[in-house]
Amino acid sequence: MSQTITIDPVTRLEGHGKITIQLDGAGEVASAHFHVTQVRGFERFSEGRPFYEMPGLMARVCGICPVSHLIASAKACEAIMSVRIPPTAAQLRRMLNLAQMVQSHALSFFYLASPDLLLGMEADPAVRNVLGLAAANPALGRAGIGLRRFGQHIIELLGDKRVHPGWVVPGGVTEPLSAAKRDQILAMLPEAYANLALATDAYKQIAGQFKAEVEVFANFPSSYMSLVHEDDSIEFTDGTLRLVDAEGKTIEDGITANRFAEAIGEAVEPYSYTKFPYYKPLGYPQGCYRVGPLARLNIVKSMGTPKAEKELAEFKQLADGPVASSFYYHHARLVEMLYGLEKIEEILADPHILDKHVRATAGVNREEGAGHAEAPRGVLHHHYKVDEDGKITWANLVIATGQNNHAMNRGVMQAAKAYVQDGRFTEGGLNRIEAVVRTFDPCLSCSTHAFGQMPLAVEIVSAAGEVVDRVVRD
Amino acid sequence: MSAENDVRTLTIDEQEVSARPGQTILEVARENGINIPTLCHLDGLSDVGACRLCLVEIKGSNKLLPACVATVQEGMEVSTDTERLRRHRRTILELLFAERNHVCSVCVSNGHCELQAMAQEQGLTHVRLPYRYAKFDVDASHDRFTADHNRCILCLRCVRACAEIEGAHVWDVMGRGIDCLVITDLHEQWGNSTCTRCGKCVQVCPTGALFEKSKIGTERPKDPQFLPYLNLMREAQ
Repeated sequence: MSQTITIDPVTRLEGHGKITIQLDGAGEVASAHFHVTQVRGFERFSEGRPFYEMPGLMARVCGICPVSHLIASAKACEAIMSVRIPPTAAQLRRMLNLAQMVQSHALSFFYLASPDLLLGMEADPAVRNVLGLAAANPALGRAGIGLRRFGQHIIELLGDKRVHPGWVVPGGVTEPLSAAKRDQILAMLPEAYANLALATDAYKQIAGQFKAEVEVFANFPSSYMSLVHEDDSIEFTDGTLRLVDAEGKTIEDGITANRFAEAIGEAVEPYSYTKFPYYKPLGYPQGCYRVGPLARLNIVKSMGTPKAEKELAEFKQLADGPVASSFYYHHARLVEMLYGLEKIEEILADPHILDKHVRATAGVNREEGAGHAEAPRGVLHHHYKVDEDGKITWANLVIATGQNNHAMNRGVMQAAKAYVQDGRFTEGGLNRIEAVVRTFDPCLSCSTHAFGQMPLAVEIVSAAGEVVDRVVRD
Repeated sequence: MSAENDVRTLTIDEQEVSARPGQTILEVARENGINIPTLCHLDGLSDVGACRLCLVEIKGSNKLLPACVATVQEGMEVSTDTERLRRHRRTILELLFAERNHVCSVCVSNGHCELQAMAQEQGLTHVRLPYRYAKFDVDASHDRFTADHNRCILCLRCVRACAEIEGAHVWDVMGRGIDCLVITDLHEQWGNSTCTRCGKCVQVCPTGALFEKSKIGTERPKDPQFLPYLNLMREAQ
């Protein structure tokens, strides 16, 4: 008799989700799905709103990465206005986006992933959390909190609010940077470097213990997509999209936001509110790809900053060609945080950053526009249509977590096969299946644009449709 | 007795105050540093008693009177801050929030909104009434301004500013009860109306119902304080 295992809720994620593992008559894993069980409807209720309200409205999709939504949305609005924003505004936004990437990666690495990595996959769930981490390694706990504060504080200095700052607007930003604020940010950098070095050393010391997890944590060939700068270096805020195959060869390059919909389609599966984007010429599901830190480091040729460059070279040694195991998302986050710190320092070193001209203005000059940015979790795409008065008539958001959806499902299947035997799993096995999803650091509330409760569950369902085992955490 | 010496004496919140005949209770209270909450009242415009937040109790009367239009009488004993009044004021605010779609977090006036500030001042923590979720269109046809009826509280400041100060009387009111709507001309689109583009209605609007296009509240808070100055200049001519 076949059965289904359900993990509900999946914990230490941003958002609520559930995993079901279907067993066949012999008790072997037949299929496994990661469900996103919430729906929110941002695209629908933005209809009828003036387009220039969209960045503020869309930032409310998420409290973790509101900045990415602000930027992608503002860029879509700028396409509608047909303006190019002042260079200083572009650099200020770049810094804001990097600050958010650092705080979000710090959240993912220290608060969500580290308990598994540093306390062990088998550790008692009661201590396998950020408080347990802080008790076991207080210095590292403090470093995590410090790095998160660093990113949040920059966002607050620039935008007046830690979450949902209203500073990014269509056409640029509302206020230039003052010399005093610049100096405050510069003064925070040495501590941030030290905190990151502590985390990187800790990770490198223990990474070797996870060889078994590396093998089965969503470890398969896939294509990857991310923004790249025109000199092939990493890019979070501008640039164009590049899609590479499992060998790292470019499939398509130079995809602008306006051409995104030509290249990328969105499939729907009955078990999840999150869509499954895919590269149209390859079809669904062959055209599915991964995004986020792993994809970015697999695609770019350089980081463009000296310390991160060395770390990238070390990262690229992990595999011959693209690094395929999603376990290394954690490693990639550390490299990207270092880049973030260096780039923020570089941006602040330019005296033009204090320029007062930070806003371009225009009305509705086109009735359709799209914009993209790299959110911490991967490519984020906003696409709007407006009427002649500038009111939104249609909106579509393609979110990083959606683009990783297929890979997360494959990863859950791969891990379930490794950790579920005879229709049962151990506590450590269950946690590992969740940990696969955690490597992607998915943001479920973003991906469904949802309301309701958030915890994740695992269910084992028999061939007859009977729930034989169920674990719920909240 | 000359007009200068014609004085009314009354008490407001047990404080003895004197007033000229014809002054409103609100005027006299504010002259004496006593705060009575208002939303539709604005210095420089006539008063219409639309919002009812300024209701006060008069000793010897069961009726509550709107302080912005009730005139002082000799020997009146006025209370402005009783539990009954506070309850009524909170209910009025709840009704305002429930009637249309006031979503502070994504509003252009967030942090600079008189309705929001009043709700905080009156200690409104939640709305006990079910929201209506009424559907109102946004009029974005004007090249400079936008009207979002979702955020309108029908204080009619725009109507009064347009008629009394600008002298254009483009804004007016149609419908009754929950169908009541401020309109431009005979319900034309704002962009096609006889609007003089002066923007006074936008400056006096207490919420995000009328606002400048492409501007969010944090970058340009409204400044409704210009009206007394305009009136003063007009009288000086």
